[in-house]
Amino acid sequence: MNEYLILMRLDLITKEAQPSPEQMEGYMKQYHDWVGGIAAQNKFVGGTGLSMEGKVIKPNNVITDGPFAEVKESIAGFVTIKAKDMDDAVNMAKTCPILLGDGNSIEVRQITGSHQDNN
Amino acid sequence: MNTAELIPHLFRTEYRKIVAVLCRRFGFDQIEMAEDIASETFLTATQTWGITGIPPNPPAWLYNVAKNKAKNYLQRSSTFKSKVSPEIINSTPDFYETEIDLSPENINDSQLQMMFAICNPIISTEAQVGLSLRILCGFGVQEIADAFLTNKETINKRLFRAKEKLRALKIKIQLPGSSEIDERLAPVLTTIYLLFNEGYYSVSQDKTLRKDLCLEAMRLCTMLIENQNTNKPDVNALLSLMCFHASRFEARFNKNGEHILYEKQDTSLWNTDLISKGGYFLSCAASGNKLSKYHIEAEIAYWSTRQADTKEKWESVLQLYNLLLQIEYSPIAALNRTYALSKANGKEEAIIEAEKLELTDNHFYFALLGELYTDLNNLKAKGNFEKALLLAKSEGDKQSIKKKMDEM
Repeated sequence: MNEYLILMRLDLITKEAQPSPEQMEGYMKQYHDWVGGIAAQNKFVGGTGLSMEGKVIKPNNVITDGPFAEVKESIAGFVTIKAKDMDDAVNMAKTCPILLGDGNSIEVRQITGSHQDNN
Repeated sequence: MNTAELIPHLFRTEYRKIVAVLCRRFGFDQIEMAEDIASETFLTATQTWGITGIPPNPPAWLYNVAKNKAKNYLQRSSTFKSKVSPEIINSTPDFYETEIDLSPENINDSQLQMMFAICNPIISTEAQVGLSLRILCGFGVQEIADAFLTNKETINKRLFRAKEKLRALKIKIQLPGSSEIDERLAPVLTTIYLLFNEGYYSVSQDKTLRKDLCLEAMRLCTMLIENQNTNKPDVNALLSLMCFHASRFEARFNKNGEHILYEKQDTSLWNTDLISKGGYFLSCAASGNKLSKYHIEAEIAYWSTRQADTKEKWESVLQLYNLLLQIEYSPIAALNRTYALSKANGKEEAIIEAEKLELTDNHFYFALLGELYTDLNNLKAKGNFEKALLLAKSEGDKQSIKKKMDEM
């Protein structure tokens, strides 16, 4: 078993793309059921949602508010899972309800366990 | 009560107190001496009371005899002098004269401290539960063997090895300091919970023994709550969860000792007193900012005290299991989560999720699949129930599966 990072991205800036509180509740249930399903297979390692606020730091001490000042695809949360291989990890990521939203995306990356580039 | 009934009863309640007090006084490495003195005390009681009758205050009588035996032992035993660290003797000027303190306070403190000494991850969890039953709960070796469905020799060996290991570690009998209390409480709570489960889910058919195990687990947990150093939110959550579960004790079996499925239980037999106690301790658990697995399990157990199938119930239970599994995976939680999923989101979705679990050595897994397929695909349901039947070990489990098949 390897560990993989599932990085969830969604549009946090376009006003029309933001869900209503009721929609949000429905999405959260689907999301929790999805994570619960991974955990029920003993493949959940860790991870959590992220707050809407944040800072972006660039070279020369340039610090801006918000993780989503320039891009439509902001990181919404991350989950690390155990999976046999990349295909297995992608299969689990595929059922993430965040993909029900247009323009949203998920990135799956293997965790190498070191800071070196294993590729 | 006559002597024949009274002595076993007192053995259960007093043996552990005498052992804890003596052990705390003389150190963990003298545990065998403490056990011997406690056993001999009961032997003397059996012999004496048979002739002179039962004394007016039997526990006080036992304490007195135990004290005298301990004093005699100390004065006689040269091995004790060489084995017990001389500093104890030197630092206590009237070591041999000092009364052995069998006051309620000291008994309580000693038992609490023994709990921390025994529930040590250095010995296996089985050994921790076994030693707890013997030393903290005063169970006989035969009773422990019955609870574990094994024989006396195995238990004796297991207890002996565990004591040797703890002795070699030079375990101190004391409460941990406040900075390490949470860390040290964790294995204590695990052992208490295992003790409870041993009684609640045990394969042993002896209903009285099983109930005793559950009550003992609740008693130990109550002791932790009564001490302000150990009265932590997760301890309250654990007691809450045990109260909720224990409330169904009388409803879970019929007169022939057969297991009654939850949905079929007569709720008038549920103990409302224990249910409200569970609620009380759950509210006590709701302080601090740590959500332990006991909190989640207690909330799930709370929903179990409401038999009616409501959307709210199953949605709540499903979300609690989603959370619990992220904190700690266990096959049974995965299966229960999938059952809750079928109730909250429908059987079709639950079947897809169930097939992913691949718990193919677990009869509950196939029993669950059987149940999910029932009415949707009875042929598949039957196949799964048959697989479950092949894997099930206990008679009770086999009966439950057969009942489900008959209902199909």
